[in-house]
Amino acid sequence: MKKLLKHRELLLVGIIAIMVAGFATRAPGFATPGNLANIFNDTSILIILALGQMTVILTKSIDLSVAANLAFTGMAVAMMDAAYPGMPLALLVILAVGIGAALGAINGMLVWWLRIPPIVVTLGTLTIYRGMAFVLSGGAWVNSHQMTPGFLNFPRLPVLGMPLLSWMAIAIVLMMWVVLTRTQFGRATYASGGNPTAAVYAGIDIGRTRFFAFTLSGALAGLAGYLWVSRYAVAYVDVAAGFELDTVAACVIGGISIAGGIGTVAGAVLGALFLGVIKNALPVIGISPFAQMAISGIVIVAAVVFNARAERKAGRIILRDRGAKEVSA
Amino acid sequence: MEMAPIQDSRGSERATILEMRGISQIFPGVKALDGVNISLHPGEVTALIGENGAGKSTLVKILTGIYVPSEGEIFIDGQPVSFASAQDAVDAGVTAIHQETVLFDELSVAENIFLGHAPRTRFGLIDWKTMNARAGELLHVLESEIDPTIRLKDLSIAQRHLVAIARALSVEAQIVIMDEPTAALSRKEIDDLFRIVEGLKRQGKAILFISHKFDEVYEIAENFVVFRDGRAVGHGRLAETPQDTIVRMMVGRDVSNIFPKVEVAIGKTVLSVENYCHPTEYRDISFDLKRGEILGVYGLVGAGRSEICQSLFGVTRPSSGRLVLEGETLEIRSPRDAIAAGIVYVPEERGRHGLALPMPIFQNMSLPSLARTSRSGFLKAANELALARKYAERLDLRAAALSVPVGTLSGGNQQKVVIGKWLATLPKVIILDEPTKGIDIGSKAAVHGFISELAAEGLSIIMVSSELPEILGVSDRVLVMREGLSAGVFDRSELSAETLVRAATGNA
Repeated sequence: MKKLLKHRELLLVGIIAIMVAGFATRAPGFATPGNLANIFNDTSILIILALGQMTVILTKSIDLSVAANLAFTGMAVAMMDAAYPGMPLALLVILAVGIGAALGAINGMLVWWLRIPPIVVTLGTLTIYRGMAFVLSGGAWVNSHQMTPGFLNFPRLPVLGMPLLSWMAIAIVLMMWVVLTRTQFGRATYASGGNPTAAVYAGIDIGRTRFFAFTLSGALAGLAGYLWVSRYAVAYVDVAAGFELDTVAACVIGGISIAGGIGTVAGAVLGALFLGVIKNALPVIGISPFAQMAISGIVIVAAVVFNARAERKAGRIILRDRGAKEVSA
Repeated sequence: MEMAPIQDSRGSERATILEMRGISQIFPGVKALDGVNISLHPGEVTALIGENGAGKSTLVKILTGIYVPSEGEIFIDGQPVSFASAQDAVDAGVTAIHQETVLFDELSVAENIFLGHAPRTRFGLIDWKTMNARAGELLHVLESEIDPTIRLKDLSIAQRHLVAIARALSVEAQIVIMDEPTAALSRKEIDDLFRIVEGLKRQGKAILFISHKFDEVYEIAENFVVFRDGRAVGHGRLAETPQDTIVRMMVGRDVSNIFPKVEVAIGKTVLSVENYCHPTEYRDISFDLKRGEILGVYGLVGAGRSEICQSLFGVTRPSSGRLVLEGETLEIRSPRDAIAAGIVYVPEERGRHGLALPMPIFQNMSLPSLARTSRSGFLKAANELALARKYAERLDLRAAALSVPVGTLSGGNQQKVVIGKWLATLPKVIILDEPTKGIDIGSKAAVHGFISELAAEGLSIIMVSSELPEILGVSDRVLVMREGLSAGVFDRSELSAETLVRAATGNA
């Protein structure tokens, strides 16, 4: 199974490479390093959000409120920057992460203490957080001329030839890899989703694990909130509307089992890049946005079918000779 | 195979509705039924008696078309039949009232009774009028005036049971199987049920009645069949057979030499449980456990054995009572507390409670020990692997690598991962719930040898088991539970199969 997963991630790398090569034949310059770096930069926010989503999904939950969280947090820091131009940027970024984490913690508490199913909780808070963004701003926009140059330029600062936004995504990828594979919390997320009952019997508090997963997802959504409004130089209520589904799609394409307990950081990143390549390529080769959505949808369904088949293979093997074969294979 | 020869005074001229000949059911590694013969007669109740795991449920599943037997033949009214599905069995006139009835809370009584075979109108729609009327008639026959149109969730447990019986009788059936029908009923409700059974007898139906309780069996049944280890070891007429004879048949073989008991020096008291109570599962359970001691916990299924063990492990919490571990009174609020205190529980259902199948072997093994293998919150894979390797070697775990997912292992090896995972926590007290369930006879002895080894190393062991030979062979003392209460603690010197069965069934 591990082999299969590794195989699967290589497969995804292969598919992305083929896609890039294919698009390059239609649109010269698509495969240049500069354009690829652009695509990565464009996908950075999705990567960050997908890693938070992945952590939640690993615990057999789902966080539909990430995009609304992003919109509220982005609005909040944009308004603060506009109102108090003297505020240091570092403080604003910390505030964005803190507000996002707080909103995520609300999801987590509702799931942990009130034992409400995560999909219901975050469907509710999705609307609430968007509503809060509206109440906060009164429906008004924060435009680029209201924001300070420091606030706007930070993600674009070039470091070693790449914008800081890309570097932040890389840093988050490394951090999440350490968290999920090298900490007790990470192991607890896999166990909570892989077999909740066995996790309880092993002394793991599933509710607490989920709470931290939601808080982490919220914190990343908060960070993404700042990055988004700064990158697109505008904050309004409907920022990133529907983007939560892209994060789920990235996870599913990347082989994160929607039933929990299975998936890797590399998978989630590749899933996000896959979507990023499609989004960037289709307009270049002249495919309409509606066809783009249909194509993304088909890819997601195909990925789910693929996942389901892979997971069925991992089932218990009753026949002993088959079991031995599987182990030695 | 020895067959207790009990003569049937009326001989074989009685009519036979159902006859099963040489039925065997083989699962991978386990022979659940081995050449069983059974006959059922019209207007008579035949009691099927046996320990848990003797093969009774397997027989019921064959008769209701859920399993297809590996060998043997079934005849109904002299005609050979074979059931490929549950519907085939119903069509052949076999119906069953199950131990745990599966009914639907949100549907009406009539819908529950006729689910799947509701009367239809000319247009193929459900004929509610006819359905409600027929449900009323069925309930009336059962001397009940439950309104067929009310929702099931508004009924009491006993009334639900009547609905389940009405459902079983709503199909034309000549053979009625009742699988522990009295388990959830009070004495008065049992009397009502028995009146219904008498009514069925008068209608000439043949009834197979499965029960643990001797008083009920003698009250309602004419014939009996005793199962042991998948074989029918005795049959006959109850009126001519004293209880002692049946108990001996159930217990059967001489068990003293099967599991070599290793003599272990028993030390000081490690764990004392005083007056443990739970609002619904058990009451006033007290026992001591010493260092190096194996305490068997025996009882019928549903006697509260697993429930008390789950409370000791913090999965559920007792409403009152005291737990003292090595002189210190502890309150165990969660499995985490229990593991920290040194009490661990190896559950009965290893798949559901024991393992995260997609995770690698070594991660499953280290899961409860992460605090020890990690350094300042960060996992140390090398420590985890070392831990897993140590217990894999000790338990002779066969796997290609410790990094393969547990889901790819065979059942026996999965069991070893579960046990290894708990031994790795360095416990003081280990609770084993049905440690040899689903394991073939040969491997059982190895498991028992291993349990004795653990005791010799100074671990204290609580072993829940439904298998008498296992309890008798391995335990130093035995706590017997019956219906959530303690039915006594027996020392090794006073242990005998008869004593335990009597205590467990309340047949003093």
